Amino acid sequence: MKRIALLGMPNTGKSTFFNRITGASARVGNWPGVTVDLMGAKVLIGAEMVEIVDLPGIYDMHGFSDDEQVVRHFLENNAVDLVLIILNSCQLDRQLSLALQLKQLNLPNLLLLNMADEAKRFGVTVDANKMAAKLDMPVLMLSAKYGEGYKQAFDQISQALRHSRTVQPERMREVLSADVEIEHAMEQVLKESVQIPPQLSDNLTARLDRIMLHPWLGLPIFFGVMYLLFQAIFLLGAPLQAGVAWTLDGLRHMALEPVLAYAPEMLRGVLLDGIYTGVSTVAAFVPIIILFFLFMAVVEDTGYLSRAAFLMDALMARMGLDGRSFVMMLMGFGCNVPALMGTRVMRSRALRLLTMLVIPLSLCSARLQVFIFITAALFSPKAAPLVLFSLYLFSFGTAFLTAMLFKRKYASQEPFVLELPPYRFPTLRQIALRGWHEVRHFLNRASKFIIAGVVLVWFLTHFPTGVAPASAQTWAGAIGQFMAPVLDPLGINTQLAIALIFGFVAKEIVIGSLAVIYGLESTALTQHLAHQIDWVQAYSFMLFTLVYTPCLSTIATLRSESGKLGFAAFAVSWSLGLAWLLSFIFYQSARALGF
Amino acid sequence: MTTLTGLKPGQSATIRAIHSEQALHHRLAALGFRVGKSIELVRTARFAGPLHVRVGSTDIMLRRSEARQIEITPQAA
Ligand SMILES: Nc1nc2c(ncn2[C@@H]2O[C@H](COP(=O)(O)OP(=O)(O)OP(=O)(O)O)[C@@H](O)[C@H]2O)c(=O)[nH]1
Ligand SMILES: [Mg+2]
Repeated sequence: MKRIALLGMPNTGKSTFFNRITGASARVGNWPGVTVDLMGAKVLIGAEMVEIVDLPGIYDMHGFSDDEQVVRHFLENNAVDLVLIILNSCQLDRQLSLALQLKQLNLPNLLLLNMADEAKRFGVTVDANKMAAKLDMPVLMLSAKYGEGYKQAFDQISQALRHSRTVQPERMREVLSADVEIEHAMEQVLKESVQIPPQLSDNLTARLDRIMLHPWLGLPIFFGVMYLLFQAIFLLGAPLQAGVAWTLDGLRHMALEPVLAYAPEMLRGVLLDGIYTGVSTVAAFVPIIILFFLFMAVVEDTGYLSRAAFLMDALMARMGLDGRSFVMMLMGFGCNVPALMGTRVMRSRALRLLTMLVIPLSLCSARLQVFIFITAALFSPKAAPLVLFSLYLFSFGTAFLTAMLFKRKYASQEPFVLELPPYRFPTLRQIALRGWHEVRHFLNRASKFIIAGVVLVWFLTHFPTGVAPASAQTWAGAIGQFMAPVLDPLGINTQLAIALIFGFVAKEIVIGSLAVIYGLESTALTQHLAHQIDWVQAYSFMLFTLVYTPCLSTIATLRSESGKLGFAAFAVSWSLGLAWLLSFIFYQSARALGF
Repeated sequence: MTTLTGLKPGQSATIRAIHSEQALHHRLAALGFRVGKSIELVRTARFAGPLHVRVGSTDIMLRRSEARQIEITPQAA
C-alpha cells in the first residue's frame, strides 16, 4: 500500500488536514505540539487504498526533542511515496526554510500552503504558480479548516501519487544526516512569490492580547475565566447527570428487572446489581464529560493556552518549570495521559521529568466525576461549586509544592521560546468531533476497565455467600478491615476504602463501585451516602482521591515516557504519601476544631 | 553590547547577532530570528517574566535569559 506522510512546522494545520482527508478525529489545537506521536489512517484515493500518516510538527531537520525524534524515526524506518509539506501561508517568511530542507531529501513532494483564509484576512498574497516553478514542486493554497481549495488539493495529491516512486528508508537514513544551507535560496523564492505587508493586519489578536496579557489584569482574568468555566460545567452538567441517572434507573425498573425476573439469582445479581448499577452510575456522567471537553476544545483552539504560558512563566520559573509545564497541567485537567505525552516538546530531560511528576496531580475529568457526585450528595447546591473549586486549588497547590520540593533534584537550564499563534475560533464541526472523540474514549475505557472493575467489586461484596452483602464478613469487608489502621485516621470507612482500591485502576470505577457496594442506583446512592458519612469525611476522601494516583494508564504512561520503571514508582509513592498526609492533616484538624 | 532586553515595549530594532548555543540557534532561526531582520518588543510580563516580541509575521515569547543572547541595533523611531 502507498504511504503519504504529513510534514510541517508545528501548529500549521497538519492534523486538521489529516482529519479532513481521512475522516479521523486526531486532536487539533491552537498550540504548537498538540500532536506528539504518529497516527495513521487509510483512505481511498483514486482507485487505491493509501495510508496517510499525521506526524508531530518539526521546526527543522536538526530536531532533537522527543516529538521531533518521532518524525525522524518514522522517516528512517518507513517507505514513503509522497510527502505533503504543510506550511502556514501567513508565516512563509520563516516556514519556507523547512520546505527547502525537505526538498533536499529528494522525496516526492507536494507543498500545501494552509490557512488561505487567514492569509486573505491578513493581507498576505502568494503566487503559487511562481513558487511552484521556483521550487520545482506542485504548490497549492488551501484552508484545511474551512475547506476552501481542498478539492483541488485532493486531485493534485491523487495525481502526484500516480507518478510517485517509493523512497526506501535506507536511503532516507543517508540523507537525513547531511546538513544543508538554504538561507539564500529562501530569500529568492520569497522575493518572487510572496507578498507580506510590513505590519500584519491582525487587529483582533493584538486587541485581545492587550486585555488578556494585561500586566495587572492578565492573571485575574485567567483565574476568573477558569472559575466561570467550571461553574458553568457544574451548573449545566449536574441536572443533565441527574436526568440521565433517572432515565437509566427507570429503564432498570421498567424493562430489565421484569426481563430478568426468572433468571438465576446469581446471574441476576451480577448483571443487575453488578454491571448495570455500576456502569449506569458511571454512564450518567457522560454528558458532563462531553460538556467538559467541549469547553476544553474551545479553550485549546483559541490559542489562549500560549497566553497562559506567557502569564505564568515567571511563577513557574521559580518552581523549576516553565510556561509549557503550566499548559500541560491545564491539559491534564482533561486527561493526564495526553498531557504527559505533551511534555515531549521539552528537550531537557530534567525539566520533562519534573513536569511529568506534577501532571498526575492535575484534577482530571475522571476525578471530576467523583467529586461532582460526592459534592452533590453532601453539600448544599450553593456550596457545592465552591467545594469543587477548592479542589482545583488543591490540585494546583500540591503540584506547586511538589515542584518546589523536587526542583533541585531535577534542575534544568532549558531555554524557553514559544510561538504565540493568532487567536482562532473552533468551528462547530471541530467541537463536535472532539465531543464524539471523548464519548468513544469513554466507551473504550468502560468496556475495558469499568465493567471488569464493578464485576469484581460485586463478587468481593457478595462472597462468601450467606452473609449480608458488603458487610464486614465478606471478602471486601476483610480487605477493608485490613486497610483500616491506615485509612481510619483519615475518616475513610471500609466501604470507601474498597472504592479507593479499585479507583487505582481508573477513577470512573470509584463511583461505579460505590454504587455496587451500597447496592443502590445513583439517585438512591446519593441520599444514602449523605447518611453514611459527614462532610469532613467526604472532603478527606476527595482530597485523598485527588492526590493518591490518577489511574493505571497514567502510571503506564509515566513509565513509557520516562523510560524508567523507577521514575513511575517514585511518582506513585510520592503521591500516595502526599495524599495520606494531606487527608490526615485535614481530617484531624477539622475534627480537632470540632467539625 | 545592546541586547533585546534593552528595548522598551513598542520599540523596534534590527537583529545584529545571535549568540546562542546551536540547538537554540536553530530553533530561533526556524521561528524567524535572523541577522538583519527587524524585531519589535510588544510587551513584557510582570515579575521579570518573559518578553513578547514580533519578528516578521510571527509573535514569540522568550525569557530574558534568551533575550540577552540576541544582540540588536536600535532603530531610530
Ligand atoms: N484559520 C485557519 N485555521 C486553521 C486552518 N487549519 C488549521 N487551523 C487551526 O490551526 C490550529 C492548529 O491546527 P492543527 O491541525 O492542530 O495543527 P498541527 O499542524 O497538527 O499542529 P501540531 O500537531 O501541534 O504540530 C488549530 O487551531 C486549527 O483549528 C486553516 O486552514 N485556517
Ligand atoms: Mg497535529
